[in-house]
Amino acid sequence: MTRTDPADVPFPNAQLHFGVFFQGVNHWTIWSDPASGSQIDPASYRRVAQAAERGLFDAFFLGEGLRLREVDGRIHDLDVAGRPDAITQLAALAAVTDKIGLVSTSNTTFNEPADLARRLSGLDLLSGGRAGWNVVTTDNAWTGANFRRGGYLDHADRYHRAEQFLTVARALWDSWSDGAAASSADAPSWSAPGAVARVREHTTQFDVDLAPTLPRSAQGHPVIFQAGDSAEGRDFAARNADVIFSAHGTDFDDALAFATDLRTRLRAAGRPIDDLRILPGTEIIIGATEEEATEKKRWIRLAQVTPATALNVAGLVWNLDLSDRDADGPLPAEDPVIAENSGAFGSRRIADPRETVARWRAQAEANGWSLRETVIALGPQRGHVGTPAGLAEKFLRFARHGAVDGFNITPYLIPDGLDDIVNLLVPELQERGGYRTEYAGRTLREHLGLREPLTRRTADARTRRAG
Amino acid sequence: MPHRVGRLTFHPAPAPAPHPTVPPAPWKDTEVPLHLALEIDGDGAHPAAWRRAAHAPDTLLTPERVRGVGTIAENAGFTLVTLDDDVLPPGPAPAPVGRIGAVERAAYLAASTSTLGIAPVVSTSYAEPFHTSSQLASLDHISIGRAGWLVAISPAPETARVWGRPPVEGPEAHLREARDSIRASRELWDSWEDDAVIREVATSRYLDRDRLHYIDFTGETFAVKGPAIVPRPPQGQLVVFAPDGLLPAGVADVTLVSRPDPAVLRRADTPLTFAEVELALDTPAGTAADRIADLERHAPWPDRGRLRYTGGADGLVRLLTELTSVVDGVRLHALVLDEDLAVLSRLVLPALRTARVTAAPVPGHSLSTTLGLSRPANRYASAAPTGDAR
Repeated sequence: MTRTDPADVPFPNAQLHFGVFFQGVNHWTIWSDPASGSQIDPASYRRVAQAAERGLFDAFFLGEGLRLREVDGRIHDLDVAGRPDAITQLAALAAVTDKIGLVSTSNTTFNEPADLARRLSGLDLLSGGRAGWNVVTTDNAWTGANFRRGGYLDHADRYHRAEQFLTVARALWDSWSDGAAASSADAPSWSAPGAVARVREHTTQFDVDLAPTLPRSAQGHPVIFQAGDSAEGRDFAARNADVIFSAHGTDFDDALAFATDLRTRLRAAGRPIDDLRILPGTEIIIGATEEEATEKKRWIRLAQVTPATALNVAGLVWNLDLSDRDADGPLPAEDPVIAENSGAFGSRRIADPRETVARWRAQAEANGWSLRETVIALGPQRGHVGTPAGLAEKFLRFARHGAVDGFNITPYLIPDGLDDIVNLLVPELQERGGYRTEYAGRTLREHLGLREPLTRRTADARTRRAG
Repeated sequence: MPHRVGRLTFHPAPAPAPHPTVPPAPWKDTEVPLHLALEIDGDGAHPAAWRRAAHAPDTLLTPERVRGVGTIAENAGFTLVTLDDDVLPPGPAPAPVGRIGAVERAAYLAASTSTLGIAPVVSTSYAEPFHTSSQLASLDHISIGRAGWLVAISPAPETARVWGRPPVEGPEAHLREARDSIRASRELWDSWEDDAVIREVATSRYLDRDRLHYIDFTGETFAVKGPAIVPRPPQGQLVVFAPDGLLPAGVADVTLVSRPDPAVLRRADTPLTFAEVELALDTPAGTAADRIADLERHAPWPDRGRLRYTGGADGLVRLLTELTSVVDGVRLHALVLDEDLAVLSRLVLPALRTARVTAAPVPGHSLSTTLGLSRPANRYASAAPTGDAR
């Protein structure tokens, strides 16, 4: 791999930003390895967060799933499962980290804005301005079965609700004037008169009236992450998000096309193109040589895609229970079953199963692959494999062409899976001038190089200054 | 004024003996006769406590404050701290109007301490029981078994407008939500058996799905399918604290009584009973009476019907020692945390420890172990494993 001449690229000074995604679900996390640790012990979370902080990462990221995954109506038993509540876990990590951002995935369908905005504010204050919120929505009654409000929103309404949710949350986060709480116990009142504005919001989804209980943090508002990939989701991100956590980070052309599309939407939303960071989720496999890295990938894939997992992944494509088949044998002879998506995790998600099956059959036949080998080769693909230097060059090419701003890295092993990246890859990036050598700021917003949120209060202040 | 404590009458005059002694005696099934809880929300029990706090108002809502008070309580040897909460502001101006959520503070404090029990207030009137259950189970994991739940209701009508939900109308309805929320949480905490994670490489199974349970909880106003998304808490069940009269029998573990009168104590049908005790102590900065008078210039100290002690450390030691004969623990509400906690730490708790009236939690013990509660069996626990039958 050749070094990129910085003069030839649109963003020669681009800096890579890393997050770590402690996933807690999916077969990408290997639990069969003797070094695989607990998915719930607080020590695992502390270990990963502190390793990431040692590697000068921007963020530690937690997901959320409000119902345990099922396949064919039964609890999915092959993958890691059982996660802590994200904000609660992150509030604990705030006490044992100093710099790293703490990002919670939290759902707008099954929360109410005053409660969730307050919890996020609490995390933001306890961490000194390091909180982030990955805004997600749910559109199925299957998840609703765990909630008072029950039911579900259809796909369009869930974004309406999410957007209104954000509007209300931002109003809550802006309700306290700077310096609202007195700086002396001799003050006539704990808070200055009129310093806390009541928030009254009446929208199609919400009708609230309250005096919020928390000031703004050192970063103003929690940083907003979003992961939607549909046209609607991308527009939502372009209007609302500070960071997009995309699925377009493996292939350069795909990543660049996604970033270009996002910037078009960002401009259409009236925002400057540097207002949004693009951090695709990825796995990174590092070896001392290309051969070693390739060999490492082979055993990692075999550990991730066990025979049972191969049958499960294929079962999702065929929409059939294939658990009694032989993963090391040929592909199922049947045609895939076409059915409605019930919303349950593990129900059919493949856009065109007939096309997928035809492609898999052709490739398996041409290469003599078993079902498991086919799933490994053609199933969901992700990640980068290489040497530290090779990966550093590759990632800087992505960043310097504006295809990504960095990566949200999912370790395949908990809690030690980040060590190679921190110890081997980060120094290579630093040597090439593409990665920070120390934290320049204190807040997540500063780490990401984002502007302070343009809020009602900052807008008012600017108007006053301009006037 | 003498205080009545059950059948006792207590006069908080300075004690003649500086070091009262009480014979060490086992009490119920716990190692010590008296468990000590401390409420650490805000600046103290008095609405104007912030005026005597050792810090400015604009440093109340900070991690340093949470860690500072919590670690002093741990160092002092308290069994647990409680953290009051509500979505409404803690007080009207000129009192403090800001408060970080109790679960978030509790989690931060759990990662900053090692033996202290931590029980946040979580109100049941409007919260989603599934979220409440997940948050509290997570707190128990984070603290490795030191978490409790102080149940509260939110009867103020304006709370419904904060949540944007139809109001829960009338006391009966709030009690119903409390009861159903706790029952749903308890079922969710049991919905993973302790050994649900099997990591059986030979069969590629991480979970034994037979050790996970749909709870299919149906309350009067809501239903929850389950199972939990968080594995069973280390304690099995969190220790549930509830004010006297809030819950039907068999739902909570510890009843908090405002006055330890015989009638109230007979009514409490939980394994443990704690008395609520408000206190103002003589400190180097002023006598208890002077300090109260100073704060009363700004606001009255509302009478919440709780036992209230005013005076020197020795008198409080005697009061708490007397209370060992009627309750299992006390929850202290200090006039001004920054002033009274120092006296509790330097004088009161050491005297009680020396007399073996109380003891600091043993490292590695869960909150329920410290309180002498046995670890609950799992209501869904299956019979002996069936080997390769599944």
